[in-house]
Parts: sequence; structure tokens; C-alpha cells
Amino acid sequence: MANQVKTVPAHWKKVLDADTIARSLSRVSYEIVERDRDISKLAVVGVRTCGEFIAQRIRDKIQEIEHVDVPFGIIDITLYRDDLLNAAAQPTLKGTDLPFSVSGARIVLVDDVLFTGRTVRAALDAIIDFGRPSRVELACLVDRGHRELPIRADYVGKNLPTNRNEFVRVRLSEQGFEDGVYVVSRSGGKNEEEEQ
Amino acid sequence: MGNAVRHLLSIEGLTKQHLLRLVNNGREFVEVLQRDLKKVPTLRGKTVINLFLEPSTRTRTSFEIAAKRLSADAVNVSEGGSSIVKGETLLDTALTLQAMAPDILVVRHKESGAAHFLARHLRTTAVVNAGDGMHEHPTQALLDLLTLQQHFAAHNRSLEGLRIAIVGDIRHSRVARSNMWAHALLGNEVRLVGPRTLLPEYFASLPGLRGNISLFHSLQEGIRDVDVVMCLRLQLERQSEFFIPSLEEYSREFGVTRTLLDACAPKAVVLHPGPANRGIEVSSEVLDSPRALMQQQVTFGVAIRMAVLLDAALGGEVEESHQIAGGHAA
Repeated sequence: MANQVKTVPAHWKKVLDADTIARSLSRVSYEIVERDRDISKLAVVGVRTCGEFIAQRIRDKIQEIEHVDVPFGIIDITLYRDDLLNAAAQPTLKGTDLPFSVSGARIVLVDDVLFTGRTVRAALDAIIDFGRPSRVELACLVDRGHRELPIRADYVGKNLPTNRNEFVRVRLSEQGFEDGVYVVSRSGGKNEEEEQ
Repeated sequence: MGNAVRHLLSIEGLTKQHLLRLVNNGREFVEVLQRDLKKVPTLRGKTVINLFLEPSTRTRTSFEIAAKRLSADAVNVSEGGSSIVKGETLLDTALTLQAMAPDILVVRHKESGAAHFLARHLRTTAVVNAGDGMHEHPTQALLDLLTLQQHFAAHNRSLEGLRIAIVGDIRHSRVARSNMWAHALLGNEVRLVGPRTLLPEYFASLPGLRGNISLFHSLQEGIRDVDVVMCLRLQLERQSEFFIPSLEEYSREFGVTRTLLDACAPKAVVLHPGPANRGIEVSSEVLDSPRALMQQQVTFGVAIRMAVLLDAALGGEVEESHQIAGGHAA
């Protein structure tokens, strides 16, 4: 494996560094445990692609705090998106994996950036196709505002006021980068259209 | 991009990138089909018409289930119940159906080129070829690839680097044609095995296939050390009796049996597009053994057709085969 750390373009403005991300996720993990001391029904589910890594870190932290196994799942919301039929490019499906019983579970849904809320809406539909959870809570690393649906997060790593036209990018060590959250202005270049 | 009509007419001409995306998406739909609730809302409000003008059980049912699993509305039209029996031409029938604004027309027809013909004339409906005469059956090749991908993934092998023997009535087989293009695209070694009368020499020299294809007239030699033996149905309705002395002699020379597989390709898996002539192109003992993947082929057929319908419903220009694949930023 190449140990070369990938770098981001120079014009990306770093707003959260690795330390801040780690502390935010640690706090979120404690909040999840405190909300309901009975964590026997708890499961953590990440939204592909970046939410999956954030969710994994939160799950690991909860296991470290509580010394119990916490079920973990991943969902790909592509088939549930409300804009799929207008998408510019053909999608490559990456798959959903919920290897635990959704019915009756307390699910903490995790995404990296909470923005319009449309991804969360799609993720809720996907989860409910697998069963009837007793409760679904929402955690995100960054809440950047600009909601288009009545959705709010139960656990927020950082509130990050942004301009509607900016992009928020999360890059993590799991993807070969140094952990960081960046704000990128729309005029910053091409290939920035994939953000939902 | 946007809303250009996107047909799937043949494997020939697809890019490797497009082919692999369809197989990948098919694999993810396998997961959907294993859920308790086997349905996703992806194509809600879309309409798929299955125009099947040739007998078919598995392909038509498979497309219908695939459409319904994607929440599309599926309508079936067969020859017996259509105005074709009153003398309406294929084009008139297709234009009539197009006027009812379906998004996708899935076509099975006995004439080679029927799907291409309709694609040239339909402006607002995407055409998916479900088998045209002796030309191609692209979704069969795709489901065969998905079946192999799933099987060999369990043995830590990918779709690339496989050695395939396609055995039997190559001449009449659209399944063979679609599969040879697919495996040529993947750079796999394809051996065509059959009697001279059923194995046209020109396959070995087609541009785009050259270098990947070799011809064998001996079953033992053709299947030696292959990873996959793909049996083809001897197409009795396409007058194969003119091409072979007798069914018994054909079966003796080209019937795939356990003894032969054990001796020449003990690890090979066996595919058959169905329906099978048991005891002619392949023995019952082989078909009923674990190395035969026929049931998996049928199961994965639904998943791959979901991937194909999604691809067609989303529209967008089809990547041209002469373009360099992989132009995406990471």
C-alpha cells in the first residue's frame, strides 16, 4: 500500500482539522450513549460514501466507551433519490448492507454533511424498507444549513454556516487523505457538480 | 446528456466501462431481490412494454418482474394477442405502442435486426433487445457475466482472465454472439466448439473478436482446462436437422457429460441459457449437479434486467465504443 497522503486543491479552505473532527465525533458518541442508557437495541448506519466512515468511527467509539458490540450497517441511497431520473450521469450502485434486524432497533443514521435533507429523506425510506425501527436518530459531522425538508439532526459535530453556493467537502484518512473539512467556492473549478 | 433516448441493442459496440457498470449494478440488485420487501421506488411512474413476438417464458417473465421490482408499470404484448395477427406491421405496432408514451420497449423478435430497426424509428421510447433472431441477446450475456462474477468472486477471481468454451449450435445462437462480444471486451479467451456445419469460420476473423476467439471441432480439445462451459440449446426449430446427421450422433460427439468434464475440465462450471434439451447438448446428470448454474442464471437474470431498465430509463448518450473509457475524475 502506498503511504503517500493524498492532498486537496490549494484553493480549498480548511474549516475543521483532524483534531477538531476527532473531538466532535467523540462528543457525539457520548451524547448517543447518554440519550438512552439501554444501548442493547442500538445500531449505527452510515450513508455511502463518506457517512459510512464517520459512522464507523462513531460505532468504534461507542464500543470503546461501553465495551459492547454495536451492529453496523451501510446504505446506498441511489435507488431512493428524488433527483435520480434527472441525474447527469449514470449511477454506479455501491450496495446496501444492514446485517441486523431493523425491526425494533434504535438506529442512529450518520452522514458527513447535513445540507438540504434530501439524502436523509431517501435514507429513511431505504431503512424503512427493511423493517420498522423503534426509533431513528440522525447524527452528522457538519450541519451546513439550507434545509429543503423538515429534517433536523439529533447530534451535530459542528454547525457550519455556509453560503448556499459553496461546497462543503469532507476528506478522511479512510480515503487516503489527512482528515479535514473544507469549504470550496463554486467558482473554484470544474468537477464540483456531484454534491447533492 | 440529459434526456437522450438510450437503447440497449447489442453487446457489440458497448464500452467495457458500460458493460461492467451494468454487471456491477446487477450485482447490487441481487441484494434488493434478497430483501423481504423486494421492491425499490426508483422507476415509479415509468412504463415498460414487453413486446414479445416469439415464444418465451423466462425472458419475458424476468423483464416483467424486473420492471415491477423497480416500481415501473409493466405491460405485456404477445403475438397471439396483438394486431400482428391482423396483418399490422412490426413498425406500425411499435408506433402505436409509442403513442401511448411508454418509456421503454422491450422487444423479442424472430428477425435479426428487429430491435435496431425499431430503435431507428422510435423517437421517444428506449428500445431494449430481448433477443432478435440469430443476432444478439444482450441481457442473456449480461446475466451470464453476473452469474460468473458471483461464482468466481467466491474463489477470489474476477471476470477477467477466464477461459470460456461455448459449445454447440453456434450458427443459430444469439446467446453465443452476445457472449463472445462480451468476453472479447473483457479480454477473455473464448473457444467456440461445434461441428463444422454449426460453427461458421468467419467468427475467428471478425474485427474486434480476432485474437480472443478460436474454433474447435472436437469437444474434448475445446473444453480442456476451461473455467466455463457454456452449453447452447440445439435449435431444433431453426432446422438444425439439415446441419447434423442425427440427434444421436450429435449428442455422442458434442453432448457435455460428467465423464468428459471430469476428464478435461474438472473445475469448470456449466452455463445453459435454457430451455435445455436434456440428454442432447448436455446430460441430465450435469444439469442437475452443483457445477451447473442454470438456476442462478435465472435468478440473476431479474437483477441484471433491473440494471438494464434503470440504465435505459435514465437516458443520456451512450458512450461510444471508440471513445477512451474512464474519463471521470476520481
